[in-house]
Amino acid sequence: MTAVRVRPLKEILEAGVEGVLGFQKPYPKEIEIRGRIERSLIEEISRVKKEPDWMRRLRLRALELFYKLPMPRWVIGIEEIDLEEIAAYVKPKAERAETWEDLPLWMREYYSKLGLPEAEARFLSGMTAVFDSEAVLNLAKKELKEKGVILVPMEEAVQKYPDLVKQYFGRVFPASDHKFAALHHALWSGGAFVYVPPGVKVSQPIEAFFFIGSELEGQFEHTLLVAGENSYIEFIEGCAAPMLKTFSFHDGMVEIYAHRGARVHFYTIQNWSRDIINFNNKRAIAEEGAHIEWLEGSIGSRLTYTYPTTILKGRGSSTRNVSVAIANGPYIKDTGGKAIHAAPNTKSYIVSKSISSSGGLTVYRGLVKINRGAKNSVSHVQCDSLVLDDKSKAYTYPRNEVDEPSAEVGHEASIGRLSEDQLFYMANRGLSEGEAKALIVLGFIQDVLRALPLELLGVLSKVIELEFSELGALG
Amino acid sequence: MTLETIDLAAGPEDKIILRGVTLRVPKGSVTALMGPNGSGKTTLAYTIAGHPAYRVVKGRILLEGEDITSLPPHERARKGLMLGFQNPPEIPGVRLLNFLAAAYNRRFNLQEKLIGSPRPELVKQAREYAVKLGLSEDFLHREVNVGFSGGERKRAEMLQILLLKPKYVILDEPDSGLDVDGVRMVADAIRRLVDDGVGVLVITHYARILQFVEPDHVAVLVNGVIVDEGGPELARKIEQEGYGAYVAKMGGDKGSGGGL
Repeated sequence: MTAVRVRPLKEILEAGVEGVLGFQKPYPKEIEIRGRIERSLIEEISRVKKEPDWMRRLRLRALELFYKLPMPRWVIGIEEIDLEEIAAYVKPKAERAETWEDLPLWMREYYSKLGLPEAEARFLSGMTAVFDSEAVLNLAKKELKEKGVILVPMEEAVQKYPDLVKQYFGRVFPASDHKFAALHHALWSGGAFVYVPPGVKVSQPIEAFFFIGSELEGQFEHTLLVAGENSYIEFIEGCAAPMLKTFSFHDGMVEIYAHRGARVHFYTIQNWSRDIINFNNKRAIAEEGAHIEWLEGSIGSRLTYTYPTTILKGRGSSTRNVSVAIANGPYIKDTGGKAIHAAPNTKSYIVSKSISSSGGLTVYRGLVKINRGAKNSVSHVQCDSLVLDDKSKAYTYPRNEVDEPSAEVGHEASIGRLSEDQLFYMANRGLSEGEAKALIVLGFIQDVLRALPLELLGVLSKVIELEFSELGALG
Repeated sequence: MTLETIDLAAGPEDKIILRGVTLRVPKGSVTALMGPNGSGKTTLAYTIAGHPAYRVVKGRILLEGEDITSLPPHERARKGLMLGFQNPPEIPGVRLLNFLAAAYNRRFNLQEKLIGSPRPELVKQAREYAVKLGLSEDFLHREVNVGFSGGERKRAEMLQILLLKPKYVILDEPDSGLDVDGVRMVADAIRRLVDDGVGVLVITHYARILQFVEPDHVAVLVNGVIVDEGGPELARKIEQEGYGAYVAKMGGDKGSGGGL
């Protein structure tokens, strides 16, 4: 069945981290919906999912907004995507499983190569795996069940917990925000729903993993995380794709609602193959005294647009927002953190570490907004860029809108360049160019990674090492 | 067993600074390369170590008989060739101990992660050498050369060399910026290397370091050419008389090397 394609050496050499997954392989699909983004297509998706009418109506309202909203002007490259060319919904042929063993063999192979079953066994309390448009695996361990934590695929939440979903879905990140948010809300499929009851502290992280298996498809997964009062949860997001002949499009969304005193740590390690155009919509609302911690690690993909945002809605709420972006090769990472201070005594700390190499471009696009009345709020933004050669660039566009005179807003920026003499010095100690770069990059980001769970730090270090290894190096 | 250059002509980018240098550095001995400022000493060090901006237009570099003239610098290092820099650059963000661990794993071909906890025996050894060189233990946790004084940089270079155990090492002005105690410590380290069978090439303008380590062989480089060779007495002669006679002999040639 599976066609064997002999890969030219050059392709293998350039594969780097994608080499782990190789080139896309054919696999059985149960449903594939593509065509013009219009009412009939949306209704078809809704029908396939056997959705209640209220969700179908939410989708159709989002579709109207999608038509009306203008193309964001700062987005490069996305406007060229012909949405008709892309499958809006793809369901691989696989029953939803609750153990890895129940997945089809070809799918398990992908996950095994990525080391997911092992990671899950070792340090996760639960996992949702989305393949193309559907969650194919949902695994909630004993701890979650005992503590009453809900972890289900988003579709299942729509069916089983309609009241909860109605209360929060689209409330943090509404479809009306921009054109791609509207597109997402019209087409969303897959993703995880997490509800942590008040006072519950989950000791091990939950992970959602998103996989795109073939070219010319769109992935629009929606993750909704509701943290009850004084609860605590760590959530990890990972993603991967094999190399594709053309490209695929990712327009995912994360909504987090942190009630009074809750703490939510949300970590993303994005390592898509070079054939993914990645548009991300991540936003959190923090009620009184709540804390949101973002880590957005953007390593893979051809183009990435991601700006995790915290709305500090309650008095004394706070956020720490770390983004690490690597553009190694002719790729663009347009990233940045945003914080909206809407209550007194709120705090935000935004750190961006960007690395561009081998012709890469990194852009920091951040926002700190302090509303009038958000008295004694404090914000600090730090943007550090590292440029590893003359072909690569880094731009920084910070923006501050401060309408409250008692607020304190600080900003620091730095740019570092790697010199030939530094590389020669490290070469003289036996390190190849790629190894020297990996070491310098890890050194550059080490202080912001200190807060990460150890396992995640290990994964990230390995990914960065591979990224700059001989096999991964371009140009 | 030697590191040698044969009729080496080379220089940065399109300049030619070295004009046919033949030099032998035998194992287990100290060879001193002396010369006035601008004679091409550092160019020779960079060319032997394989700095990508330095081009060899003629001649060869042999490491124990193997032609390494066109090998990339990190491969030369892995074969046991190291350079102690006159002015080592700062490597921000990379801690000395992690840097040492990564270099150690490559030098001894250990299949370990590039970044990971350093082996306990390496940490132990690094601490011992640090103390011997007059550095404190917490020095190992500082970022490589960042904010180091001139003397600290020199000591840190020696520390790395002692740990990475090269077969041949070129020390470019190893005593510049050091006080007498510092020179003594570096000299002790050089003797230790020689006892371990390392071939040491000491590049120096002044004979000061050579009062602490007697060279087995001295070569004088002026204007990109070896103009004299001899035993330790040659270093003493230069200390008293300077390079004047050699420079005069080169006559109108001085400074023309750059345009060749």
